[in-house]
Amino acid sequence: MSKQLTLDQQRKRRVFNKKKQVFLNWLTFFIIAVFAVIFLLPTVLTITNSFMSTTEISANYGQIFSNASSDAKTYISDKVNLKFIPDMVSFGQYKTAFITSPAYLLKFWNSVILTIPIVVGQIIMAAGASYCFARNRSKLMNAIFFVYVILMLMPYQVTLVPNFLVAEWLHIKDTYWSIILPGIFAPFSVFILTKFMRRIPVSVVEAAKLDGAGEFRIFTQIFLPLCKGTIYSVAILVFIDYWNMVEQPLIMLDDTETYPLSVFLSEVNTNDAGLAFAVATVYMIPALLIFLYSEDYLVEGIAYSGGIKG
Amino acid sequence: MKDRAMKSPAPTDAVVKPRKPRHNRLSKIQRAERFTVGWFLLPSLIGMLTFYIVPFIVVIFYSFVDSPINKEFVFFENFTRILKNSAFQDACANTIRFSLTAVPLAVILSLLLAIVLERNIPYKSNLRTIFLSPMLVPVASIILIWQVVFHYNGVANEIIALFGAGPIDWLKSDYSQLVVVLLFVWKNVGYNMILFMAALSNIPRDVLEVATLEGASSWQIFYKIKLRYLSSSILFVTLMSLINSFKIFREVYLLTGKYPYDSLYLLQHFMNNNFLSLDYQKLSAAAVLMTIVMIVIIGVLFLADNKIEEDIEE
Repeated sequence: MSKQLTLDQQRKRRVFNKKKQVFLNWLTFFIIAVFAVIFLLPTVLTITNSFMSTTEISANYGQIFSNASSDAKTYISDKVNLKFIPDMVSFGQYKTAFITSPAYLLKFWNSVILTIPIVVGQIIMAAGASYCFARNRSKLMNAIFFVYVILMLMPYQVTLVPNFLVAEWLHIKDTYWSIILPGIFAPFSVFILTKFMRRIPVSVVEAAKLDGAGEFRIFTQIFLPLCKGTIYSVAILVFIDYWNMVEQPLIMLDDTETYPLSVFLSEVNTNDAGLAFAVATVYMIPALLIFLYSEDYLVEGIAYSGGIKG
Repeated sequence: MKDRAMKSPAPTDAVVKPRKPRHNRLSKIQRAERFTVGWFLLPSLIGMLTFYIVPFIVVIFYSFVDSPINKEFVFFENFTRILKNSAFQDACANTIRFSLTAVPLAVILSLLLAIVLERNIPYKSNLRTIFLSPMLVPVASIILIWQVVFHYNGVANEIIALFGAGPIDWLKSDYSQLVVVLLFVWKNVGYNMILFMAALSNIPRDVLEVATLEGASSWQIFYKIKLRYLSSSILFVTLMSLINSFKIFREVYLLTGKYPYDSLYLLQHFMNNNFLSLDYQKLSAAAVLMTIVMIVIIGVLFLADNKIEEDIEE
């Protein structure tokens, strides 16, 4: 059809098509933006509500958390208001959370010393295991890998009893090791890293071997640098997962003083919502920083994550 | 450990022939190599054995005895007992129903989102970041906000009141699963989308260009080319969503406690409550049954993955 059009008409059509494309792109943008706003609401809500005073919080949400402080009850409205902008910006919640009662700071620190060893340990263990799964594709190794994948899928509750027994048997119950050690050996990172390492061509290994590199050098100087992006993205996922842990401490630790902030936060909810918002905001900061710093790794690191066999 | 190079028939092709002796010589080295490489797995394997594999064998053992103290072998009694248990039946049905709605929804929505965001729309990367942001919100504040929205006097009821619908006690009604599915999708769509975007950018450009030149419509390009290249990513995302769908227990537990509304009573509740009441045999039998189902699902996914690989290499 376009053959019968004059050059001028063709040009006009091209311009029109281009304009149509731009218009369509903006239209999709607005539709997607509406969803994006809905997605962002909980995050924004957490942050802005952390700047409300205790009275404002109970006036808005008193209906839900009616077991909160009794003197505030007079202000409670009969409907729950979802308010974004505080009437008056107040740092009262932050003051309570971090100056008046240092308990929260302590719990925050508990979270840090629980999560960091798990992330670092799991990556180190997984890198070694994945190297083996990538270089040795024998039937035996594939079978072991299959076991790893299955155990990865199991909810925490499946191995609840034996985990508890193992912790008692190793005399690590009530210590952080009962959470850190199972965390370090959790198979999630192995799965992702193996999938990536198996895509590294054999020729790379062959070339390194011709140059006289041993297995350890091939591992540290070829595989690890190539996997850098994937390692970062796995580390982020593992961090976010364990930063929010709730089940493990409840089972393994008896002393509530040693609970991480994530457990503490879920308990503070019903008593003092405003405080919970302030603590949650602070709790988001480490994840946010890691995220902003390495979002691109998260995106690039998984670029080859097709399929499940690896 | 079998050696692949040894097993493969001797190549008769004239071009390949000179390579044969080299392969044979290498195979001994290869065998040694496979052994050396095993050392890298050892630390992880010891940890896996101690904290996951041996415990799991203990679970299997418990599922066949009458009690952890008596240790009398009772064959399949524990299994028949829980299969008749109505709490277990409900828990199974709810878990299956939840996974069957939440997982496909999370996969399809994120795929759509990835395809839309792949186009040249304005503020693409900002939108991407926004959709990822739910990953960062601590579980505790998610719970807080979901409570505010879906409370009897909450925001959701105010919104449906605008349309003249009566108030619903969301978390204590048959809509409770919907609320949790919503939470799951909200939390997971961003990460799934990222996985799909990565896969989309890996589709060879020339294949797409040839298709466009030959006059394929954008629907044809999507259906015949993109979806085919994406199929292995779809499997991967399905697997990841499945893992995450089991983690939703954390949120459900914090939202509704040990004994939630009937339709939210998941298998994990069943196991958790049996742990607290020290009924280890019931818990173990449930765990073993769940594992068997998981092995079947993974097996099917692995087979599908094999098929897809052949399909793409054609």
